[in-house]
Amino acid sequence: MTEATPVLSVRDLRVAYGTPTGMLHAVDGVSIDVAAGESLGLVGESGCGKSTMGKALMQLLPPGAEMSGSVKLQGEELVGINPRALRKVRGEDMALVFQEPMTRLDPLMRVSDHFVEAIRAHRPGTKKDEARAMAREALMQMGIPPTRADNYPHEFSGGMRQRIMIALGIVMRPYLVIADEPTTALDVIVEAQILDLLDRLRREEDLGLILITHNLGIVAETCDRVAVMYAGRIVEVGPVEEVFTDPKHPYTQGLLRSVISVDTEELASIDGFPPNLLDPPTGCRFAPRCDQRFEPCTTVDPSLTPVSDATRAACLLYPGAETGTDATHEMAR
Amino acid sequence: MSATSPSESTTTGTLDDPTPGVDTTDTDGILLRVRNLHTHFGTSHGIFSRGDKKVVKAVNDVSFDLKQGDIFGLVGESGSGKTTLGRSILGLAPVTDGAVWWRGQNLAELSERRFRPLRRQMGMVFQDPNASLNPAMTIVQGVGHPLRIHGLASSRAEVRTKVAAMLERCGLTPAERYLDSYPEDVSGGQKQRVVIARTLITEPELVVADEPVAALDMSIRAKVLELMLDLKDELGLTYVYITHDLTSGRFVCDQIGIMYLGELVEWGDAAAIYDDPQHPYTDALLGAVPLPDPSRKGREKNLPSGEIPDALNPPSGCQFHPRCPRAFEPCGWEGDDLVDFLEQRWTEVDAGTFEKEIGATGPLTAVRTSRHEARFTAGHNPDLLALIEGLRASEQHRIFAGVSDITTEGGDVVVRFGEGPAPALQQVEGRMVACHLHGIVRRPGE
Repeated sequence: MTEATPVLSVRDLRVAYGTPTGMLHAVDGVSIDVAAGESLGLVGESGCGKSTMGKALMQLLPPGAEMSGSVKLQGEELVGINPRALRKVRGEDMALVFQEPMTRLDPLMRVSDHFVEAIRAHRPGTKKDEARAMAREALMQMGIPPTRADNYPHEFSGGMRQRIMIALGIVMRPYLVIADEPTTALDVIVEAQILDLLDRLRREEDLGLILITHNLGIVAETCDRVAVMYAGRIVEVGPVEEVFTDPKHPYTQGLLRSVISVDTEELASIDGFPPNLLDPPTGCRFAPRCDQRFEPCTTVDPSLTPVSDATRAACLLYPGAETGTDATHEMAR
Repeated sequence: MSATSPSESTTTGTLDDPTPGVDTTDTDGILLRVRNLHTHFGTSHGIFSRGDKKVVKAVNDVSFDLKQGDIFGLVGESGSGKTTLGRSILGLAPVTDGAVWWRGQNLAELSERRFRPLRRQMGMVFQDPNASLNPAMTIVQGVGHPLRIHGLASSRAEVRTKVAAMLERCGLTPAERYLDSYPEDVSGGQKQRVVIARTLITEPELVVADEPVAALDMSIRAKVLELMLDLKDELGLTYVYITHDLTSGRFVCDQIGIMYLGELVEWGDAAAIYDDPQHPYTDALLGAVPLPDPSRKGREKNLPSGEIPDALNPPSGCQFHPRCPRAFEPCGWEGDDLVDFLEQRWTEVDAGTFEKEIGATGPLTAVRTSRHEARFTAGHNPDLLALIEGLRASEQHRIFAGVSDITTEGGDVVVRFGEGPAPALQQVEGRMVACHLHGIVRRPGE
């Protein structure tokens, strides 16, 4: 699958937080591509590094975090560019939609003024009327009545606020939207509405979409590809149809088994806990919890290796996974 | 819109039981009988209030039976009143009216002093294990606390033995490792096990579990649910399982009750409801659940529009009607619905149409609405009447089924709405459903 330049191309991304007891590697060598109009689901348990990954792509990490590797948006390297250029990219070329919309809107500002501010920050000299018209269009696209554009955030329901956040994200027509658990705070019907909206948006605008979530049902319904993260690394990545019907990595298998759905007839779970990232185990990080563990798992660190035409998994059950870190530098497609 | 031919009738008793008020618990395997339960909260008269005291009907006229040994799932969106209902049953929220029959006693009428001895027979598991354990108490103190409160242990050593046994029963083995730790020393899943142990230490018969796994990571949810199911069998418990998540309901529950804005809209056998929902809201909830199965991607979902309305100003008639994809004539259409419809319409039309139409209606904030009418007061505009007549003629929205009359009155354009009674629960396909699609059944007293 070699097409035009992917919208986003990440190579060997690493993020470490300094803690009193040493460096915590929250993201540890992740490589991934996202094409235009494609949606990628990033899944894993809490603490697997999926949210850190989203923030790292936007370079919105807290002070003290160290980041290395390469993040290219439309072919342009973002790691190490000057803050001014970075600010222009953020919001204009890529946008982040957060989990809790109320905490991200200023309660003292009219909704339309949020838009005017954002638009003028990127395009100084935009006339106010013009900015308002852009705001109204983005809001309407998200199903917010134009008559409500001048209301304050508290006058909207939770689902409407999330629609406003998405409208704010897309008003500059970015190439890539990163949505970090965008529906976790919402009820199931509103969740489905918002997911429909995101799906329509990426088709209509040919957006790249990264959906960070712990809900495998959401991934199955809205994503083209899925990347499963465990302890800071991608352990399996491939088309949703393939990964969900024939998961290769034992962790993915365990995750899919533990999903409780309306079709569930038997409960299953994964024993144990994710490792302490201050002192990750040697070899495969999932080995201590893995029910298919064998001899080399505790000594050899597996890397992503092709397990089918389109899917790659980092597990020593598959030949090629033991060849060391070089493979992670290849395309994660 | 609907093929059903609604037949008007009025019923007095909505459930096929003997006269409400006569307690038959114990004789027919029913542990708890909830009848016409109301829990209403008045908004406070604070310095910012404008005088008119409004009421939130958090639980409104709810009746159901809880069979001994069953798991009754209370399902609904946030704000549906499911938590308040659970708390009302246990006397943890003030019941405004109605009865909770338990072993010949109406719990809703008991004083706190007479209720307290009964409390050990009923337990509650809360959603967030981090918030439901006292961080300053060790696990043996926290779990053993109810024993001391109810005088169920005479010595510290006895408390310790009983707590250790219960912890082991809840999968925390060896108990010695946990007894003297603090809640912060154990993981989220283990904390919830500690909470369950504390609930069960008084050997209750009824446990109300409020979203017991919602705060846990997905890989351990199944573990905790499994524990609850095992304990139910071992200890002969009866559960009220409160959840917003329909996915676990089918596997876990025997009976299920779907709540919307304080009311039960459908209740009955869980499998029957999941297989063949009879209320459009149930249907919508089930359709909206994301399935971890890519082969069913893109299936028809029939999502309702909008969100759960403001509980201070609930819709009239059937409370679900503004969002219902199958709403028809008698569902309770009112003035506010017309305003909402116009706003929604304007997100879909082009800018020119929007400008033209809002020019005709005037600002929607100037529309005076009530149950019976929407009155456009922005001065006489000949286009307005034509606009609304046109929308009605082209059947732009289900709301127009409920419009009885469009007239002008001294410069105002007035849209009037027909009758729309609130639906009462009726028996449909072996379960109780409150929906006019199955024939119009009014509530007693309406």
